[in-house]
Amino acid sequence: MIEVRHLTKSYGPKKAVNDISFTAEDGQVLGFLGPNGAGKSTTMNMLTGYISSTEGQAFINGVDILEDPIKAKSFIGYLPEQPPLYFDMTVDEYLSFVYSLKKCRLPKKSHLAEICDIVKLNDVRGRLIKNLSKGYKQRVGFAQALVGNPKVLILDEPTVGLDPKQIIEIRTLIKRLGKNHTVILSSHILPEVQAVCDRIVVINKGRIVANDNADSLARNLSADHKLVMHIEGSTDEIKKILDSITDVERVFVGRQIDERVYEYHVEAKEGADVRRDIFRKLAARNYPIIMMRSNELSLEEVFLKLTTGDEYGGAEKIETKFDRLEKGENNK
Amino acid sequence: MTAIMKRELSAYFKSPIGYVFIAVSFLFSGFFFWYFALAVGSTDISFVFLGMFYVYMIFVPVLTMRLMADENKQRTDQLLLTAPLGLMRLVAGKFLSAYIVFMLGDVVMLLYGVVLSFFAAVNWAIILGNFVALALIGAIFVSAGLFVSTLTESQMVAAIGSIALNAALALINVLASVVPIQAVSDVIKQLSVFDRYYEFTTGIFSLGGVIFFVSAVVIFLFLTVRVLERRRWA
Repeated sequence: MIEVRHLTKSYGPKKAVNDISFTAEDGQVLGFLGPNGAGKSTTMNMLTGYISSTEGQAFINGVDILEDPIKAKSFIGYLPEQPPLYFDMTVDEYLSFVYSLKKCRLPKKSHLAEICDIVKLNDVRGRLIKNLSKGYKQRVGFAQALVGNPKVLILDEPTVGLDPKQIIEIRTLIKRLGKNHTVILSSHILPEVQAVCDRIVVINKGRIVANDNADSLARNLSADHKLVMHIEGSTDEIKKILDSITDVERVFVGRQIDERVYEYHVEAKEGADVRRDIFRKLAARNYPIIMMRSNELSLEEVFLKLTTGDEYGGAEKIETKFDRLEKGENNK
Repeated sequence: MTAIMKRELSAYFKSPIGYVFIAVSFLFSGFFFWYFALAVGSTDISFVFLGMFYVYMIFVPVLTMRLMADENKQRTDQLLLTAPLGLMRLVAGKFLSAYIVFMLGDVVMLLYGVVLSFFAAVNWAIILGNFVALALIGAIFVSAGLFVSTLTESQMVAAIGSIALNAALALINVLASVVPIQAVSDVIKQLSVFDRYYEFTTGIFSLGGVIFFVSAVVIFLFLTVRVLERRRWA
C-alpha cells in the first residue's frame, strides 16, 4: 500500500509538486496521468526515495520513506523513465547484480528465470545490454524492478518507445501483476491508463485535478443529454422537425458531411432522452439518420478539460490558426 | 557493498581502463627502476617511488573519473539510490573497487625490491616505508577522485578536477614557504601530504602519519556521501 500525504517539492520558488495526497491500496493499479512536465516523475522519484520531499510524507507499506528509507525501499521495485541499465553487462549479469544489490533472499536461479519468463527475456539473457533493441532494454528495466518480488511497483512511463505489440504485452503484464502488487504507473497516454488502471489520478502543474476511477471520471464530466447526428435531407425541414420535439431545447446545424447530409447538434433538457422521438418523427417524414451518438466526452476530452479547462484543449485554437494561415491571414 | 565492488571491478576489466592503468603503472615504475637503480647500480629505490607518486597523481583520476560521473550521466544512479542500500556502503564499494585496481598496479613495486635483493643487500625498512606511503597516498588520490566524480556528469571534468585536487593536495607544502604569516604557514605545513609522505620514505613508520592519511581518506568518502545526500535534498 502507498499513502501520500500533502507531498510538496519546491525547486526554489517553483513548486514542481504542490500538496498532493492519494492512496493506492494493495492489489490496485493506480494510473498517474498528466501532460509532460506535470510533476509525475518528480512524484515518483519522491516515492522511491531518489529525491526527498520539501514537505509532506510518503508511506510505503506504512513505512515513511524519509524516516526509514532502507526498509521502505526494500518494498519497492522502480522502473524510472530511463531504465537504469549498465550497457557493459549481459542481461544475466545485470539481473544478478540487481539481485545482490537488493539483498534478495529468494532462490536466485529460479527467481531470475521466472522473471525472465514473465517479461520474455529468455532469448537474450546472454547478450550485452548495449546490443539490445529499445523494447528489450525496456523489458530488462522492467525485469530489474521485479527482482526480489517487491510488494510495490512504481513504473514511470513503462511503455514509452515500444511497438504496439510490445505495448499490449506490457499492459497485460501490468494488469496481471496488479492482482497481487500495488502498482503505480505514470503515463501521458490515456487509452493506456484507461485499459490498465483501476484508479486514475490526474495531475497538472504539480496539483491533483482529479482522483477517481476511469469510468466515473468520464461520466461525471460528460453530458449525455447532448446528441450529435448526421441526417440526410433538407436542413430547414429537419431543423423544424427537431425543434418540434418536446424536451429539445436547442438545435444547431453543423458542417456538411456529404451531399445532402449535414451534422446536427441537439441539446435536450437535462435527464431527458429524446432519441426515440427523433427516430420516429424523422422516419415518418422519410429523413434517414445516418449516424447518432450521445456527445459523451471521451477520456481524452475529459483529460483536456481537466488540464486546460477547455474541452478541445487548445487544439481548436491551433486549428483556427492553421485555417487563417491557409487563407493568408497570418499577419493578423 | 560487495555487489557494488564486484560490479565495478568487472567494469574495470571489461573496458580497457583497468588494463591501461596497470600497464601505465608497470611501464613507468619499470622505467624508473631501470633509470634510478639498474642503470646506476644503486639499491636505493626511493626515487622510483617518488616518480610513481607523481605518475599516480595524474593517472589515478583516470581510474576514478567514471565511478560516479558515468552513473550520473546514464541515470543508473537511480538504481543505486533507490536500492535498499546505505550511501556509506555504496561509496565504500566504489572506493574499494578502484583501490583494488590501484593496488594491482602498485604491488609490482615490492617485486623490484625482491629483484634487487638477489644482487645486493637492500634496506627493506626504506622499501617497505616507501611502499606503505605510496599505498596510503594512493588511497587519498582514489577517494579524492571519487569525490570529484560525484560532483559531475562528465568524466572529462571529473578527471581534470581530480588531477587539480591531487596536485593541490600534493603541493600544498609549497604554499607554506611563501605565506608570510608564521601561524598560517605552520597550519599549512601540518596539512602537507607530501611532508607526511616523505617521512615514510626515510623508513620511519609513524602511526601519526597513518592516522593522517586514513583521516584524509575518510573525509573524502564522507564528503562523497554528503554530496549524494545533498542531491536528494536539493
